[in-house]
Amino acid sequence: MEVFLVSLLNGLVYGMLLFMLASGLTLILSMMGVLNFAHASAYMLGAYFAYTISQQIGFWPALVLAPLLCGAIGAAIEMYGLRRVHRNGHIAELLFTFGLALIIEKVVQMTWGLIPVPYRIPAGLDFPLFTVYGTHFPAYRAFMLLISALMFGAIWLGLTRTRIGLVIQAALHHPEMVGALGHNVPRVFTTVFAAGTALAGLAGVIGGNYQVTEPAMAFTMGPIVFVVVVFGGLGSLTGCFIASLLMGLIQTFAVVLDYSLADLLRWFGLTVTSATPFHEVLTVPLPRIGALLPYVLLVLILVFKPRGLMGTRDT
Amino acid sequence: MSDVAISLRDVRKSFGRTEIIRGVDLDIPRGQRHAMIGPNGAGKTTLFNLISGRFPLTSGTIALNGRSIGGLAPHEINRLGLSRSFQITSIFPRLTVFENIRCGLLWARGYRYSFWHLLGGQRALNEETDMLIERLNLQGRRNVPAGLLSYAEQRALEVGITVAGGADIILLDEPTAGMSHSETEYAVALIRAVSEGKTLLVVEHDMSVVFGLADVITVLVYGEVIASDVPARIRGDKAVQEAYLGTEAA
Amino acid sequence: MSADATQRAPRGTALVAAPGFAAFARRYWLWFAAFVAALLLPWLFFDWSTHRHSGFALTMLSEIGLMSVFALSFNMQMGQAGLLSFGHAILFGLGGYVAAHTLNAIKAGTIWLPVELVPLAGGLGGLVFGALFGYVATQQRATAFAMITMGLGELVAACALMFMAFFGGEGGISTDRVTGTSMVGVSYSSSWEVYCLVVVWTAIATVAMRLQTQTPLGRMANAARDNFERAQFVGYDPRMVRFYQFALSGFFAGIGGGLYAIVYEIVTFDTVAASKSATALLATYIGGAGGFFGPLLGTIVVVLLQSGVSLLSNAWLLYVGVLFIVMVMYAPGGLVGIIAQHAPIARTGRLRELVVPYLRILVPGVLSVFGFVLLVELASFTTIGVAQGKAFKIGFHAVDPATAFPWLLGAAALIGGGAWLRLEARGFRTRWDALIADAKAKGAML
Repeated sequence: MEVFLVSLLNGLVYGMLLFMLASGLTLILSMMGVLNFAHASAYMLGAYFAYTISQQIGFWPALVLAPLLCGAIGAAIEMYGLRRVHRNGHIAELLFTFGLALIIEKVVQMTWGLIPVPYRIPAGLDFPLFTVYGTHFPAYRAFMLLISALMFGAIWLGLTRTRIGLVIQAALHHPEMVGALGHNVPRVFTTVFAAGTALAGLAGVIGGNYQVTEPAMAFTMGPIVFVVVVFGGLGSLTGCFIASLLMGLIQTFAVVLDYSLADLLRWFGLTVTSATPFHEVLTVPLPRIGALLPYVLLVLILVFKPRGLMGTRDT
Repeated sequence: MSDVAISLRDVRKSFGRTEIIRGVDLDIPRGQRHAMIGPNGAGKTTLFNLISGRFPLTSGTIALNGRSIGGLAPHEINRLGLSRSFQITSIFPRLTVFENIRCGLLWARGYRYSFWHLLGGQRALNEETDMLIERLNLQGRRNVPAGLLSYAEQRALEVGITVAGGADIILLDEPTAGMSHSETEYAVALIRAVSEGKTLLVVEHDMSVVFGLADVITVLVYGEVIASDVPARIRGDKAVQEAYLGTEAA
Repeated sequence: MSADATQRAPRGTALVAAPGFAAFARRYWLWFAAFVAALLLPWLFFDWSTHRHSGFALTMLSEIGLMSVFALSFNMQMGQAGLLSFGHAILFGLGGYVAAHTLNAIKAGTIWLPVELVPLAGGLGGLVFGALFGYVATQQRATAFAMITMGLGELVAACALMFMAFFGGEGGISTDRVTGTSMVGVSYSSSWEVYCLVVVWTAIATVAMRLQTQTPLGRMANAARDNFERAQFVGYDPRMVRFYQFALSGFFAGIGGGLYAIVYEIVTFDTVAASKSATALLATYIGGAGGFFGPLLGTIVVVLLQSGVSLLSNAWLLYVGVLFIVMVMYAPGGLVGIIAQHAPIARTGRLRELVVPYLRILVPGVLSVFGFVLLVELASFTTIGVAQGKAFKIGFHAVDPATAFPWLLGAAALIGGGAWLRLEARGFRTRWDALIADAKAKGAML
């Protein structure tokens, strides 16, 4: 029971972090049709910027400044890069962001070095908030939940109560029509791209000290975020939310449940020995293949339900 | 029942809650040249898309040569002997004119998914392709990428690809759209020549083409057939005149 | 009846008309020349004093050979069929693992197979997995297809690290190519012998892939890429076309993997990793995905950067990335595309009028590249190189990166060169447009 509750909480925290990343990506993909490979790079930049700013000024200014920096970079990428590549088609845009991700990873390596940087949880938040069955629940995780919930609320209000929010909602479903209605589509695109990138940066600020801050974090986090986006479906933020939480819970619980397929078979009365064919595959414990699960899900979803959980359009 | 090439029975199609085709019954006998006319939005292209398998039916049945085609994929319907052209020119823009026509022949000549036949040495295939290109009067553009042709040339190429495989039911969706008078005359002559002995179903807006080409004309308005008869009687039909032709019809 | 009989005759009959090997050789002389040149190339690096080949040169050239087979097989999907795959390396690597196991089996005496045919075993492995994964992946097109391949790529790469039996876990599968089962009595203990084998197989694979583009499947792959609906209405199931093309590209990727196993005698998880797939993508795109030979050209560029530059610098991947982005933005047809754009001008015979404009943009271009490289190397050195205990040198002068001078020099070269380049580029553009307009007027565009 203890393990279950603790894992549940941790899974929720991780899921919300994923949602912060995936929501921006869903918006960008649904509206502009661009699969932004550099999205996870913004996450990484957010973490690194926060680290440097925390060293110089402090964590709380970093919380504000780092996402803004990321957003500014995102706006620049969209205006000077993506827009020019747009006329060469979706594949070209995808490849552009892919090349960008490679370059950003290298630049980060060159600026901050190859080894992880000691981006720590600020001292002010480093205490146990409450105790669950003898395990401490750190205040920082509650802080993460708070920030992501606030962010979710802000997106919700922004999309449903403001004019530009309505335009964005419309463009989520029918991008061509929005342009035909006379809205300044390029400016909307830049805004969405910058906002999405800033969100990813914010996720990096609070996630970077929760996980490890290193140059490879973009390419480790990136594919999982893609899985969430595809899983949730295009054009649906709610689907993205559900998918993020599900993915967070699955990955957290997988690490905790130390069982394998052989254990399942034993339940049915079949024993697996080292002579059994594929014995290696059957005895591998769940925590070890925890990293694999998102990709298995990705392939299955794309084959059986390519629109995702709640998608309204095809990719 | 297989001297009826295309048979539609109570065909209905809805998109969401909007019913586009509202119960169409139609029989097109083999070898007939059949034209379908009607105002824009009447559902002519939708009907084409239903017959060629691009959209699934909401209800009703469609049969080709007596065989029901419900649930078949477009390429399966094509292999049963139906071929179509598109309202918006649909060719292979990066392939040459020659390769476009040859692609139209490949399946019909039994090549399937072969990756061992070298097409350069397939004499019979290449000769047949060249003959068809001559009939289309495109031999001067034989090695030009299709995307670089003029509009009328592309339309002619499209007709060529449509008939290349020897399908005996041919659907043409506004084949002369956007053509000048002389181009239209040429296109009509071409269509008449390539549809000799085959079943032809044409959607058209150009009345001179329709009345010159068709054996039977069906008038479609708001997803329903309001008349289906020989041209002379269609011209004089009161309902058709009201709905479509206008009282000044020639 | 058209009088233009020469235009009408299909290429097949032309071949039949002029008999014999002489005509064949005349038509394909470039292929023969390339084959001979490839065999002669290592002799440029031959050390005549010790009578030994340069191991480095032979390894790099072998890498170019097998990676071009890999890249060409990738282009069977991307350029030919319009399928962008992010996991193509799994077919390459799995072919490599199969070949390694085959070699070990030959060594142990379990089976008998000439060493020369081991790449074929790799190819069959690639074909089987190509069919298996292709069945799943080709259910979808475009972006969904790309994502499925990414998922499959990550799956296989993770499995390669975890499972010992087939993949050998982190250590990989080691093998020994000296098995004594050669068809021509060669031991393959020297790099030169291995290189010759690589050249022969690269030639065979390249020719085969080239011929495949002229088969019904190859043509329909192009057609389905251009217009999948029209492909349906000429009787083809575009999904099956994609599937067969995918499986075949797996066959050739597997051959590349088999060559890898022979050359390096060890196959590890990085042969199936995402970075390997990315290399194919980069090489193909930089070279040009539209034509056939683009991936070959791109592979040469990428491997040179990888092997050559990585000796001198940590940042070779950055250079490849920047080159890639520049291509995506300004030259989506790749290097081959750039060359092809000159064809109309060459046809009007006015190509030499571009020599001076090119020189005029070359100088500022080199200057800005120099500045960029200098800054990158300085930055890379201060964070990575220092830890590795190297000293920073420009040419033969040792330079201290802690001082401001080299940074200022690099910045000045980059910014100054860049501004000058923009100026010259405008003039170049004007001259180029004029020449193209002239070519259009003279009907030389085709």
